[in-house]
Amino acid sequence: MPKAAISTNFTAAVDRRRNLWKTEAAAGHDVPRGFHPFAASPLTIDEGPALRPVTDRRMALARRAIQEIRGPALARRILPGLPLTLGITLVYVAVIVLLPLGALIFKAASLGPADYWTIVSSDRAVASYRVTMLCAAAATAFNLVFGMALAWVIVRYRFPGRRIVDALVDLPFALPTAVAGIALTTLFASNGWFGGALSALGLKVAYTPLGIIVAMAFTSLPFIVRTVQPVLEELDGALEEAAQTLGASDGEIFRKVLLPQLFPALLAGLSLSFARSLGEFGAIIFIAGNQPYETEITALLAFIRLEEYDYPASAAIASVMLMAAFLMLAITNILQTRALRYTVKG
Amino acid sequence: MATAPKPRNRRPPRIGEKPIFRNGLIAIVLVLVLLVIVAPLAIIGVQAFSKGAAFFAKSITDRDTAHAIWMTALTALIAVPINTVFGVAAAWAITKFDFPGRRLLLVVIEIPFSVSPIVAGVAYLFVYGLQGLFGDALQSADMKILFALPGIVLASLFVTAPFVARELIPLMQAQGRDLEEAATSLGASGWRTFFSVTLPNIKWALLYGVILCNARVMGEFGAVSVVSGNIRGQTNTLPLHIELLYHDYNAVGAFAAASILASLAIVTLIAKVALERRGAGRVRRPALAGPGLAGPTLETTEPGMSKP
Repeated sequence: MPKAAISTNFTAAVDRRRNLWKTEAAAGHDVPRGFHPFAASPLTIDEGPALRPVTDRRMALARRAIQEIRGPALARRILPGLPLTLGITLVYVAVIVLLPLGALIFKAASLGPADYWTIVSSDRAVASYRVTMLCAAAATAFNLVFGMALAWVIVRYRFPGRRIVDALVDLPFALPTAVAGIALTTLFASNGWFGGALSALGLKVAYTPLGIIVAMAFTSLPFIVRTVQPVLEELDGALEEAAQTLGASDGEIFRKVLLPQLFPALLAGLSLSFARSLGEFGAIIFIAGNQPYETEITALLAFIRLEEYDYPASAAIASVMLMAAFLMLAITNILQTRALRYTVKG
Repeated sequence: MATAPKPRNRRPPRIGEKPIFRNGLIAIVLVLVLLVIVAPLAIIGVQAFSKGAAFFAKSITDRDTAHAIWMTALTALIAVPINTVFGVAAAWAITKFDFPGRRLLLVVIEIPFSVSPIVAGVAYLFVYGLQGLFGDALQSADMKILFALPGIVLASLFVTAPFVARELIPLMQAQGRDLEEAATSLGASGWRTFFSVTLPNIKWALLYGVILCNARVMGEFGAVSVVSGNIRGQTNTLPLHIELLYHDYNAVGAFAAASILASLAIVTLIAKVALERRGAGRVRRPALAGPGLAGPTLETTEPGMSKP
């Protein structure tokens, strides 16, 4: 047979197989794994090498054969160590994380609904919820603007000291809260660097709700920066360019093109920041003044009840904080799951 | 999943490039960073030395302060290795195997991040305290857990439990199981596989997690203040001792002690940046327990670490 004829025959055979495969798949038949137009197929075709398709049944046979030769190591679960590592993990999580939280819930539940309600709805407790939530909201609002600007500047601009600023963003996480607390208190006390200037303006920060806001804003600042930053880095410049060629102004582009893309990450950062502010203790108690009904946060109230040996009240208030934390955890999870849609590439 | 490494030379951003806006925004942000982040750091140093170096030296060598430093170091020496072992075990179990409830386990591991330290402290009181679950048993066995070192260590363990696991899980997930499976099929034991195959790939991320964990253990205040009992010279860790000095109107002494922890924070930040250059901390699972366990949300920037 002439060379050209062989080549044409072969191509024609391949084409035929490919078409067969396509019609087979289109008809909804299960095309077996390993089925390839260049390999042989269960469909009868007379040309080509007689390779047999890899079906699930054959795979199972092969696996069983390997298992018989080499022992179970090469079966589905190849790696060792599951009992050991999973055992350590489950025991540790049970003893260190779940046992104490369970004990707290048990203690709070043993109060009975009437007593529990009396404690958690007492005037002082409700006032502490109000102070905590309002201050956390204000601190989060500040962080929204400042954190967003900080992330924008770090990602979009190149200037001397950019890397130092980038590293400094994490300082509030690295600095122990008690240290942050005394530093902020000294800064904002009426004889401090900031306090002096602010009191000339008639503003008192230390020992007022403003102080709580300052402490909360400081300790939760990194959350918004660190959730927005990666999304901002990944933004597609082409969208901005398109908007620009269509004649949109910078402000419009930011609001209508960038903000919708950043929005999920911003929301996730906001909820993390708010949750952290709700639970913050160390930095706040130094600067807050801690007056009941005025500047007493919920965490401090739980602590004070403990020092008064009023354990049931402490358990009840702590359980409210725990529920708030779980609620925020759920919200954050939902928001971050949605935020992911915009960070997933390709 | 982004298989190609992230392009380094992106096109210039389109908006916000007008010089007035750009320079104005940079200036505002820098001033705010100075006021909000740098000033608190600076005042610690200024206050610590406000009565001279001699007073500073006297403050930090004071008997009670020295004991607090020792307590803090001891707590970290116990708690950090335990949480490292836990983090590695959890990461191995979660990333190398498929089992039902994996995602739930991830959420549970990260619970301590969302629980207020005060709540953690109070919760431990109801386990090991006199009013707690084991209170009677512990008392009859004459074991002291609360208001002693074990209580401080336990509270620290709770607060920092997720640190190492959180760094390792996304990275090991992204690296897959191929290398370990190859090592095992060539006859390496589990330990050998871990030490010669897995560990070299995760060492920087592991160190990163350990350093962050250590910083948090040494700086923890809320949870420890509930369980330690604040006994001066006995169960005071450094952060608690700072509070004590501060409320004793010994602000300079408090700041001297605080300067030790602030230095630790700066060292931590520097180590963090150095490790991030080696690729640690880059692979992030943005959600606590989102769909993110699977590949697409993970992203590596170091080419050597990305899955082919």
